[in-house]
Amino acid sequence: MTTTPEVSPEARFAPRATPETQPYWDATAAGRLDLPRCRPCDQVFFYPRSSCPRCGSTDLEWVTCSGRGLLHTYVVSHRPAPGFPVPTVIAVVELEEGPRMMTNLVDVEPEALELDMPVEVRFEQRTGVAVPVFTPTKADS
Amino acid sequence: MSRDVVIMGAAETDIGKLPTTSTLELHVEGARRALADANLTKDQVDGIASVSIPGPIQVSHALGITPTYVDGTGVGGASFLFHVRHATAAIKAGYADVVLVTHGESGRSRVGASTHPRGNDSVLAQFELPYGVVGPPTSFTVPARRFLHETDNTLEQLAEVAVAQRRWSSRNPRAMFRDEISVEEVLGAKMIADPFTLLMCCLVTDGGGALVIASREFAEAHGSDKPLVHVLGTGEAATSPLISQMEDMTRCRQFTLSSQAAFKESGTSHADIDHLMIYDAFAHVPLYGLEDMGFVGRGESGAFVADGHTSPGGRLPMNTNGGGMSYTHTGMYGMFAIQESVRQLRGEAAAQVDGVETSLVLGNGGMFMSAATLILTNQR
Ligand SMILES: [Zn+2]
Repeated sequence: MTTTPEVSPEARFAPRATPETQPYWDATAAGRLDLPRCRPCDQVFFYPRSSCPRCGSTDLEWVTCSGRGLLHTYVVSHRPAPGFPVPTVIAVVELEEGPRMMTNLVDVEPEALELDMPVEVRFEQRTGVAVPVFTPTKADS
Repeated sequence: MSRDVVIMGAAETDIGKLPTTSTLELHVEGARRALADANLTKDQVDGIASVSIPGPIQVSHALGITPTYVDGTGVGGASFLFHVRHATAAIKAGYADVVLVTHGESGRSRVGASTHPRGNDSVLAQFELPYGVVGPPTSFTVPARRFLHETDNTLEQLAEVAVAQRRWSSRNPRAMFRDEISVEEVLGAKMIADPFTLLMCCLVTDGGGALVIASREFAEAHGSDKPLVHVLGTGEAATSPLISQMEDMTRCRQFTLSSQAAFKESGTSHADIDHLMIYDAFAHVPLYGLEDMGFVGRGESGAFVADGHTSPGGRLPMNTNGGGMSYTHTGMYGMFAIQESVRQLRGEAAAQVDGVETSLVLGNGGMFMSAATLILTNQR
């Protein structure tokens, strides 16, 4: 029989920044979701890279995203992962600024999820790093 | 001027649970069997192609071959289709005469499998692994809910893919799973990553195999009496290393790009294909493949499978060995898809389809990361 793994955010996989992603992780630590924007294209893109994936320009700036987005797709994982509850919602969110990113949907029953529902970012503390996760947007927020 | 290129030898190792066989030995045993199938000795081989673990140099050295053409392309389970494409080009260019493409993977028993400690600063580690992703079942599956939402395909039709493939594997004594199953059984199986149940996911097995690629002139002068399988057309493409960064969660662009290239080079069209292998790591992948290669229209793949067109007796037999969900899946399945295509074209498959002249193999690498297409024929 399977046993319920210990639910402990600290035990979860902790990413480590590389020089080109350091500003992203510095921002999450400060409670912001910052992404690069290409000045010639006016495109915000994910994940942080040193040139625009659309036009190749290196004329980039960091912008702070609203943290709002829509639930694009998800699975409800029943496979135990270190530190995570079973089940865990593994999702892709489409940010208001355009790009999509993988994340978890938290503080919601999986049955209550609907594609394209509005979601908003929050940050989960791991060992030395804050990871962006999302939760359904409250009606009056 | 251009040299017609053929697959003149093809063989698999034993498959399933092989706890006393190392990863390297699976490559070597597959190579020995494929060379015997081609009626060649290792000294006639001048080219080697294999993925990064254990790598083409270890494999060729273990076999006692000193290659003067080496391909270590490692782009996931489609790699072996890439190797066939590259070998075809190399032989046409005169860089090699006989290229051995090998696969071996102790996917289940993990014997002699290099276990790279997973770093935590790769792009994947920073932007996907922090979310409880524990391998392909919880990652490759993520686009499917969007695919079902935006097309006319249904969850029941997703289950029909697994049902159809079990009809084929029930006729294949080598297949790991051979009992026919119903849609209800698929949907009621253990939940892995909702909406994917265990029966919509691939197996995890040990096994290997190899191919011998050569010019037609060489094969006719030196080979066995086995029918030659001609490489008519090939294509390859790659898009994103992260599944969350697919341009469109409901389409796999490299399936489209690689198949278009293969059709163009081969001078064939969809109507010419009478046998199809589509890498089925999970039940949704053949549906993407059928639609993105243009065998059916947008949203029509589920009904096509549910109506039996890919099943025994159907007009487009697909994954006739049982596929990765029922036959075998070592982790990089592409070699086994090619092997079944060769068997069908030689007329020696366990679930042989009558009159197969042209077969298309679509390989997937990683999680919608890379793809390659081969169009093969027994006609010349
Ligand atoms: Zn740009």
